[in-house]
Amino acid sequence: MEEAFVFITLTANATVRVATPLILCAMAGLFSERSGIIDISLEGKMLGGAFIAASVSYSTDSAWLGLMAAILFSMMLAMLHGFACITHNGNQVVSGVALNMLMSGLTVVMGIAWFSRGGQTPGVSPDGRFLPINLPFAEALSDVPIIGTLYSGFLSGHNALVYLAFLAVPATWWVVYRTRFGLRLRAVGENPHAVDTAGISVAWLRYRGLLICGGLTGVAGTYLSIAQNASFVREMSAGQGYIALAAMIFGKWRPVPAMLACLMFGLLDAVAIRLQGVVVPGIGEVPVQLIQALPYVLTVVLLAGFIGKSVAPKAIGVPYVKER
Amino acid sequence: MSSSPTKPLPRWIDVGLVPILNIVIALLVSGLIIFIIGEDPWDAVQIMAYGALGFDEGIGFTLYYMTNFIFTGLAVAIAFHTGLFNIGGEGQAYIGGLGVGLCLLVLDTALPIWILMPLCILVSGMFGAAWAAIPAYLQAYRGSHIVITTIMFNFIASALMVYLMVNWLIKPGQMSPQSVTFADQSHLPFMSEVFAWFGMEIAQTPLNITVFWALFCCIALWAFIWRTKWGFETRAVGHNEPAAVYGGVDPKRTIMVAMLISGGLAGFVGLNEIMGVHHKLLLNFQLGYGFTGIAVALMGRNHPFGIILASLLFGILYQGGAELAFEMPKITREMVVTIQGLVILFSGALAYMSVPWVSKVYNILAADKPVPAEGEA
Repeated sequence: MEEAFVFITLTANATVRVATPLILCAMAGLFSERSGIIDISLEGKMLGGAFIAASVSYSTDSAWLGLMAAILFSMMLAMLHGFACITHNGNQVVSGVALNMLMSGLTVVMGIAWFSRGGQTPGVSPDGRFLPINLPFAEALSDVPIIGTLYSGFLSGHNALVYLAFLAVPATWWVVYRTRFGLRLRAVGENPHAVDTAGISVAWLRYRGLLICGGLTGVAGTYLSIAQNASFVREMSAGQGYIALAAMIFGKWRPVPAMLACLMFGLLDAVAIRLQGVVVPGIGEVPVQLIQALPYVLTVVLLAGFIGKSVAPKAIGVPYVKER
Repeated sequence: MSSSPTKPLPRWIDVGLVPILNIVIALLVSGLIIFIIGEDPWDAVQIMAYGALGFDEGIGFTLYYMTNFIFTGLAVAIAFHTGLFNIGGEGQAYIGGLGVGLCLLVLDTALPIWILMPLCILVSGMFGAAWAAIPAYLQAYRGSHIVITTIMFNFIASALMVYLMVNWLIKPGQMSPQSVTFADQSHLPFMSEVFAWFGMEIAQTPLNITVFWALFCCIALWAFIWRTKWGFETRAVGHNEPAAVYGGVDPKRTIMVAMLISGGLAGFVGLNEIMGVHHKLLLNFQLGYGFTGIAVALMGRNHPFGIILASLLFGILYQGGAELAFEMPKITREMVVTIQGLVILFSGALAYMSVPWVSKVYNILAADKPVPAEGEA
């Protein structure tokens, strides 16, 4: 009993660690896509943010400065995406591919130029990192059965960005569904002509959607490089931006279901590592690759409409051109 | 962009000058980055040009890269003509290579090369097409967004390949996941061997006769797009789907046809890599070619002839970039990826950024003359 409980706590913690950047990116993608801009550059913005966060916090020994710089940098990338897609009516997928590729190359090129370590940044000192925070009374309560273990073993002991990620979900929900800005953001993703007719700038709304998107991917990148790890490593985003995109689609472009999808994908990842080489009675050895591919397979199945239907915002991917 | 009465741009500016201008901007920004990291951009250009074109080994590598880029560039282009974005060239190339590998693992000694060659062309194309068929079907008949599904299929292909290589196809008693090497007689001839038949000696490079197949595919695709009924339907659906439907075109079938061709073309990368170069199955032989295909197609304006030129340029960038990494310690292969990103950005996403300016300049210049003459700007 006790052993099973420890196992569950460990798996739950691993799930949360994996899911944190996914949740941040999924919320980021939600802001962009709800405004009608396809964003497959979550990956690139996160990678760029991770690099800037590690570089700045290495040179300043301040995690918070690293975070700020990463947020600003990722916002800048989002603005570039907006400049191409909103101002110049460029193809949104092409722009996203360009940003991903640009960041995949530039982070290494600049990393070598600045630090000469083959594209890595030097290790960041503890001051420059987001370290686990122990919530109050975590020590004292750890002996209390169930609740104490849950509190000190699971709820406590994560870094600030993990809590921030889980706060971002209700915040996103509130902004998107309970504010005037959110209403307009959703409207501009469904029918920009109507929004324009009401005298509201389509371009400015979409730019603001992208700004929030950039900021959140910056936080995700910071998490990768100076919270989960202690330095930037080339290609450290490793496709997580795409998984987050899949999770957002899996959550049907809604915050809470998207978070649940992120947690599910995180759980799959945590389980995949634990199941390596384990023989499940009746099935035999489960191929790890199958579990790793499951998020993608599930997303395709969902998109195909076999398990419920996931419908994108109506005006997504279409540049808005005023009728003359 | 402005609604003031302006003359429409002549064709040579639209298809000639503007794309070149975009590439020039991309290369200037790349030069700026090289300058910022403390190297001389002009030196870099010279090293790259010599490394890619200055001697026979460099040329061989350049043309070998070009071969792969032609396949993936054509794959992206045919999908673009139908108004679709095939971002899954990476996965289709991977699975195409898997097809060739499986075929040769079984038949490498059983059949003579002149049967294996067409067979492997067919198999690589069919495997690639099959991998594109599912996203295509979901787009055409279930309305799922093909960009997302093809991205997902890239990752699924990657997981599948790791699983197959590690568990089934790995050469026994070996650590790295590679299959056994195919029998010598099943290898496609390298160009150095072809030249040797005629008594000429050139350096041995990965360049093999697949390059001819790539050029043939360019001609064939040109003929398909502009000289057949199906190609016409493809362009009709891409330009104006309701009009195409009104004209009696079935867009669903058209999407399937275009995507199957697209996947097949991407699958030929596997032919070049597995049958032509590595002669065994291995992981990640396709890495980056699928995505570069997007840049190639954008730069070549989705026209097979443009794609040959763009592929050559990217071949030069790849090979020249490798030489550059030798010569300049601060520059690595990632510089090429960066340049690629910039090319996609400026000649893809920001393709029309320069149009208002060009249009303004053209109108000023053309206003003085009664007939727009050639040669200005």
